[in-house]
Amino acid sequence: MRGMRRLGRAAPVGATDMSRVHDMGGRFGDGPVVPEAEDVIFHADWHPRAMAITVASGSLGKWNIDISRHARERLAPKDYTRFSYYEKWLAALANVLVDTGVVSRAELAGKAEPAPSPLAEKALKPEAVAEVLARGAPVDRPSDVEPAFLPGDAVVARKFAQNMNVSGGHTRLPSYAAGARGRILRLHGSHILPDSSAHGMGEASEPLYAVVFPASELWAHAEHPKDEVVVDMWQSYLTAAS
Amino acid sequence: MDMAGLLGQSLFMPHDHHSHDDPHALLPSDPALRVKALETLLTKKGLIDPAALDEIIDTYENKIGPRNGARVVARAWSDPKFHAALMEDATAVVADLGFYGRQGEHMMAVENTDTVHNIVVCTLCSCYPWPLLGIPPGWYKSDAYRARVVREPRKVLADFGVTLPEETAVRVWDSTAEMRYLVIPKRPEGTEDLDEEALMALVSRDSMIGTGLAGGS
Repeated sequence: MRGMRRLGRAAPVGATDMSRVHDMGGRFGDGPVVPEAEDVIFHADWHPRAMAITVASGSLGKWNIDISRHARERLAPKDYTRFSYYEKWLAALANVLVDTGVVSRAELAGKAEPAPSPLAEKALKPEAVAEVLARGAPVDRPSDVEPAFLPGDAVVARKFAQNMNVSGGHTRLPSYAAGARGRILRLHGSHILPDSSAHGMGEASEPLYAVVFPASELWAHAEHPKDEVVVDMWQSYLTAAS
Repeated sequence: MDMAGLLGQSLFMPHDHHSHDDPHALLPSDPALRVKALETLLTKKGLIDPAALDEIIDTYENKIGPRNGARVVARAWSDPKFHAALMEDATAVVADLGFYGRQGEHMMAVENTDTVHNIVVCTLCSCYPWPLLGIPPGWYKSDAYRARVVREPRKVLADFGVTLPEETAVRVWDSTAEMRYLVIPKRPEGTEDLDEEALMALVSRDSMIGTGLAGGS
């Protein structure tokens, strides 16, 4: 399987431009937030179907949550901006289905008769849905990396909200916190590192912390002197503050 | 030439963005038709079972939703031992209630007090504790909420009709990892005699995200 072989490859290739259009924390100009009633779950007839197809396809085991998120983030900025929420899901799903060789471009375009898939035996069965949803996919793992920080320690977040190994790659460090000084609030345990996992480069689990930042460290005009923002950050995102 | 093979060279890697080359552009542009085309294709290939899709939808429309979280909150308000255990290890405690699962594998409860009000967001995407609150509301996934609530939480609260006392600090939790946060709102005054079921009715979804207060805003 082409996809499987490439999943195991150590050296990434093909990295070029990066979009951080999804990284919008702190951005100006978005207008009001519009509340909605609790019984509104979907906003169009096709939304539940889009959600369910995406969830069910995950059971095929050809990608993980980090690959899936990265697929949404690397939609072209103009597509990311114009697409509604579930349109992003659908577009990313279509891309990742082709990228992993599960579906061909010709099949997607309706120009080839759909060929039976060798993955069909992994298709999610209705009777398995409850158990699969209840089992979830925990990401805490044993790690060789010892925790370097204790609650209360002063730390500085990495200067770049960018993947340090793959140019233009996936990371979960938001731009607004890059380079900011905070303190460790809590060690969550060791979790899979998305910056590695999203690129088929292994789980690379390491300590994950809740890091608390004074709002005044992040924003030129914080609303209140005591406000704070907590960001979950992996140890490799952090250095000790001098 | 196998076009899928060519694209496979950039598997999971960033690439130059020419959206007309992206596979998704091969699908119909109307989203309802896109869904139909994908479902038909994947079904014909044996990769999805439409009956399983029905089951997933039924789960999140009818079985899993914010009443799960409301039960956790109401019990935390009324049972000190449960409250202590929840604050210590929320994942284990909600699992005991049957509320473990997809997008709720690693839980933490954060509690509102007179001095701190907690609000949860995912600025990078839409991370949310599905087993406790169900599918996130539209506004939680909106650009406006993701962009604004970390920088101007009080202005966002005003959009929900919520005003905090001047002495209350706001702590915004940005769900950037697989940790999922449940806000335990302040228990409304004058509810000492209410049982768990009655307390649950006071716990809105928004109060467990932090954009509302229990007992109405």
